[in-house]
Amino acid sequence: MNWIRERANLLAAVAVGSALIVVIPAVAEIYVLFQLTLFLVFAILALSLAWVWGFGGILCFGQSVFFGLGGYTYAIAVINLGESTVPLVLGILLPAGLAGILGYFLFWQRISDVYLAVITLAVSLIFYYLTGASAGSDYRIGTALLGGYNGIPSVPPINVPGFPERVVVYGDLYVLTAIMLAAVYGGLRGLLATDFGRVVVAIRENEERAQLLGYDVRITKLAVFAIGGAVAGLSGVLFAAWGSYVSPNVFSMTFTAQIIVWVLVGGLGTLSGAVIGCVLVQAAMTWLGETKVADTNLVLGAAFVVLVLFARRGLIPGTRSLLAGLRSRVRSAL
Amino acid sequence: MDHALVVGLHLLHAMASLALVCIGLAVIFGMLRVINFAHGEFLMVGGYAFVLAAGAGLNLWVAMLVVAPAVVGALGFLVERFIIRHLRGDIIATILATWGLSLFLIGLAATVLGYHQQGVAPPFGTIQIGSYSIGNYTFFVIAVAVLTIVALFAWLRWSRAGLLVRGAMQNPELAAALGADTRRLRSSTFVLGSALSGLAGAVLAPLAGVLPEIGATYVVKAFITVISGGATALTGTTLAAALFGFTSQAAAFLSRPVVGEVALLIVAIVLLRLLPTGITGRYFRKAL
Repeated sequence: MNWIRERANLLAAVAVGSALIVVIPAVAEIYVLFQLTLFLVFAILALSLAWVWGFGGILCFGQSVFFGLGGYTYAIAVINLGESTVPLVLGILLPAGLAGILGYFLFWQRISDVYLAVITLAVSLIFYYLTGASAGSDYRIGTALLGGYNGIPSVPPINVPGFPERVVVYGDLYVLTAIMLAAVYGGLRGLLATDFGRVVVAIRENEERAQLLGYDVRITKLAVFAIGGAVAGLSGVLFAAWGSYVSPNVFSMTFTAQIIVWVLVGGLGTLSGAVIGCVLVQAAMTWLGETKVADTNLVLGAAFVVLVLFARRGLIPGTRSLLAGLRSRVRSAL
Repeated sequence: MDHALVVGLHLLHAMASLALVCIGLAVIFGMLRVINFAHGEFLMVGGYAFVLAAGAGLNLWVAMLVVAPAVVGALGFLVERFIIRHLRGDIIATILATWGLSLFLIGLAATVLGYHQQGVAPPFGTIQIGSYSIGNYTFFVIAVAVLTIVALFAWLRWSRAGLLVRGAMQNPELAAALGADTRRLRSSTFVLGSALSGLAGAVLAPLAGVLPEIGATYVVKAFITVISGGATALTGTTLAAALFGFTSQAAAFLSRPVVGEVALLIVAIVLLRLLPTGITGRYFRKAL
């Protein structure tokens, strides 16, 4: 009994994970699966920010940069190469590299939270303007036209490594995405359990103290940021492959803000919260967009204001403390 | 010669309009430290208040200089009273709530007024400088920006209310202990910032037009400028707006408008790398 209680979180994660990977594809219709795939792709992106911000303590307003760069890298490389394995790897490594360079710029001179947020936001807007201004036949990389605000259409799907004709689409892409999501979640959880993970959290809690204890804050933050960049890049690759399309909108202010909101809705400082928050918000937006009950922005905006005023800490921590409160009340009643 | 004059005017105009976009945020974020993500939408509401009031037959100048600031000031009062005050300076909650507010205002404008562009033709006609023609409204924008900054500066520097506001921003506990009602001061400062945003939105509306989503084009620039300005909000924002407006317009002249936008962001990043606490973090520290 105790064994189960101690590992309740782990067991729950495994149960949800296997349900996502095995059960849903078996019962859901293809259209629903297609929608769900996008939610899971975004959930990976939400995880990357939950990691960088919630655990690394880095308030990054430009997580979409790494997402978009991953998508663009994949699209350009796969159009040129025709086979998706190398593009997929590039789509993860390039954003990680950019995060590394940016991180060097940001963490080696102690820049405060707000400045870091603004600089990362500015970088994402630079990408937005530059990709937006790349219309016309002059702007091409190899055979891939960048296409300005119209973006890059007909991006080839992911294929089984070595077999360009065996593509991963629809149901298969769903399974692949779900496995990736589970792998990222598990990977980050595992990372947090290592010494490195403890140092990361220690720095978030008290940067000065961690430094005085002899840990190199800068290199640790750089590593956290680069890992976050890689995860966001992976999400971007899957996004480009999912819609076979990528456009400057991935760098836009609206999209950047959306990622932050996913994480905040779920609750900062949790990984599962980011996934749940992302799926809930996206599902609500999709539903509102399809049914046209009311303007999506209007409803969503009002919902956030109310949420902040009455459930400050996000869903997961909020529910947790609610449950804890109930439990102690029940216990004292007995 | 004529060309240089026209280029100079355009540069001045770019600096002035950037300063106008930022001035409300300089008060709300620079002084109150409230991260108002709905700043762009405050400008949008100001623009709509002006366009609709003018469209309803009201005098153009009353609509621009009275109605728009009053409407957005009232909006600011409600926002402060019912949202900002309850968050008690929690940065994350403020970001989320004002982002929600921004979406809400966009959605409201879209539902009530629709997604199409509205505008008023710039008044005053044009003037001929050599072979170039330039709108007289350009001069008006520059004048409004200069007057607003000077008035705000004078108010903060010399009036009793300005003194109280500065005191309450610098050390709220001490100001409260000396008998200042800091809660009311915060509220009225927020209203002042909102009204200034409304004015800016109205003044820029004839040139930029109004759309429910126009706020997004302003908000990032405004935040970057105010933050680059540094600790002393008004001086810092004015200097940063001048620097960034100049750079982006000059870069836009030398190549294309998009390069101007990118140049602004790059200059801001480099500036913050060199002066991590903003311009007034190192220079002009005694200013306002």
